[in-house]
Amino acid sequence: MALLDVKNLTISFGGLRAVDDFHLSIKKGQLYGLIGPNGAGKTTVFNLLTGVYKPDEGIVKLEDKDITGLKTIEINKAGIARTFQNIRLFKDLTVLDNVKVGLHNHHTYSTLEGIFRLPKYYRVEREMNERALELLKVFDLDGEADYLAANLPYGKQRKLEIARALATEPKLLLLDEPAAGMNPNETGELMDTIRFVREEFDMTILLIEHDMKLVSGICEELTVLNFGRILTQGKTSDVLNDPQVITAYLGE
Amino acid sequence: MNKKNSKFQLNKTTKSNFITYLLVIAIYLIVQILLAGGHMSSLMEGLLVPLCIYVMLAVSLNLTVGILGELSLGHAGFMCVGAFSGAFFSKCMQGAMPDGIRFLLALMIGAVVAGIFGILIGIPVLRLKGDYLAIVTLAFGEIIKNLVNVLYIGRDKNGFHFSMKDSISLHLEEDGEVIINGAQGITGTPHDASFTVGIILILISLAIILNLIHSRDGRAIMSIRDNRIAAESVGIHITKYKLMAFSISAAIAGVAGVLYAHNLSTLTALPKNFGYNMSIMILVYVVLGGIGNIRGSIISAVVLTLLPELLRGLSDYRMLIYAIVLIAMMLLNWSPKAIEWKERVREKYFSGLKFKKGVK
Repeated sequence: MALLDVKNLTISFGGLRAVDDFHLSIKKGQLYGLIGPNGAGKTTVFNLLTGVYKPDEGIVKLEDKDITGLKTIEINKAGIARTFQNIRLFKDLTVLDNVKVGLHNHHTYSTLEGIFRLPKYYRVEREMNERALELLKVFDLDGEADYLAANLPYGKQRKLEIARALATEPKLLLLDEPAAGMNPNETGELMDTIRFVREEFDMTILLIEHDMKLVSGICEELTVLNFGRILTQGKTSDVLNDPQVITAYLGE
Repeated sequence: MNKKNSKFQLNKTTKSNFITYLLVIAIYLIVQILLAGGHMSSLMEGLLVPLCIYVMLAVSLNLTVGILGELSLGHAGFMCVGAFSGAFFSKCMQGAMPDGIRFLLALMIGAVVAGIFGILIGIPVLRLKGDYLAIVTLAFGEIIKNLVNVLYIGRDKNGFHFSMKDSISLHLEEDGEVIINGAQGITGTPHDASFTVGIILILISLAIILNLIHSRDGRAIMSIRDNRIAAESVGIHITKYKLMAFSISAAIAGVAGVLYAHNLSTLTALPKNFGYNMSIMILVYVVLGGIGNIRGSIISAVVLTLLPELLRGLSDYRMLIYAIVLIAMMLLNWSPKAIEWKERVREKYFSGLKFKKGVK
């Protein structure tokens, strides 16, 4: 059974069919890549999967549960977490607090317990601190736990975003251009981190990426989008050697 | 190292909160000493309760402006709601129960009614953003003030009578009395407010706000401020937390209003006390003290309330000097060059001491 099953997903903005008849099936534990030229509709697919946009047509199923058209927070609760192409951290919160916001729905106490500082507040906050530091450690960010997120260097901000997404305990992790703006060294490091996340958290990952080194290095299967439609789908090595794909990227 | 780190986190915020409480208590003690020594003019003495009211208003508005990140220009409206509902209760129940309990209940009623207004107004208003939200809150503030001005409520042996026209159309029996008399407001509210009560209320408001900020809900509120889309993507319920911050802020403003009402013999809704002038003055306290900086709000509210009185000797020039001081303080606190200079001084002379924001 596929973890994520998408069929016939379509959305138009005005006259433009941004995503047209998109389908996708990802098995548990897979590392799946979504590639395509700029403006092909990759991020729109992410926005459809996470409820930012409602699809005009189509079905999205997570573990056989229909999540089509649900709100973003409901989809997150159902088990999809994401990162953003342009980093969206909580800039004026500390690194630790950024992750703790991700833990929000899993470690709970009521507002009154928080205001009156009842014992549960202290217990849950301690749990949250420990869990958040554990996550930060995975990304080698535990030394910067007290920093404001805005003060982290770029590469670490990307990592923090992944840590925050993982804090929501997703079944599926969506990474939107995780290597954007990174130098080859950082990209290499990121590839190791992504592999590690998959092993350590037993995670299924769908990622959008332009960096072909990263895509060919870690993705097992690929879908290529062009002008909102699927160009080809399959094993990474087959897809990357497909003349159609080469044409789409490099032109005739 | 893990353990140490997490403990450090808790300690740092606890310490910072502790300093804030200490500051309020210090203000209280200084005033008590001055009063005991007879060093305080009667004018200054009359300012003590308003001082507490302004501090509460500034601190509560900072929850909306600084923590939630929405500019509200209708804060005086919530104060108005609290003032009238609290005074109305006190007027009705005067003599029916011990004064202390009645005043406590009046405070609670003011908080609850203002909080409900916060939710009701928040539902439409919080759908807007930035400038639009500011303008609409301003409008709601004015609506509240004007509605109160045409509100007539009276009581006789048949119960309560209500009118929006005038006091005659209440058709009261002979034994009846008008409680809220339109533009003349409420007269004869018991004088329960005192500086001590004000300080206690400040401490309670501070405890509520600071504990809220440093809890799960506070983080959720601040995450919405920093990035709404990201907050949604990690499962934060945007509307719920926006309303929570907005209504708690309104409720505390309501308590300040109840205190205000019980400090005067006549409560009327004028542009001066519940209009947008007031809302903007509270906003000035918040901006000057630092948006999101609770302790700063307290200090700036105290300084700016006392300043016109301290400058009274300069008679005609005092408002001019007040304005100049305001501009100077804003520049000194918030211009980039001044901040840079302060950092340099801090590094040069206090480099040995580790200051709280080591990472900037």
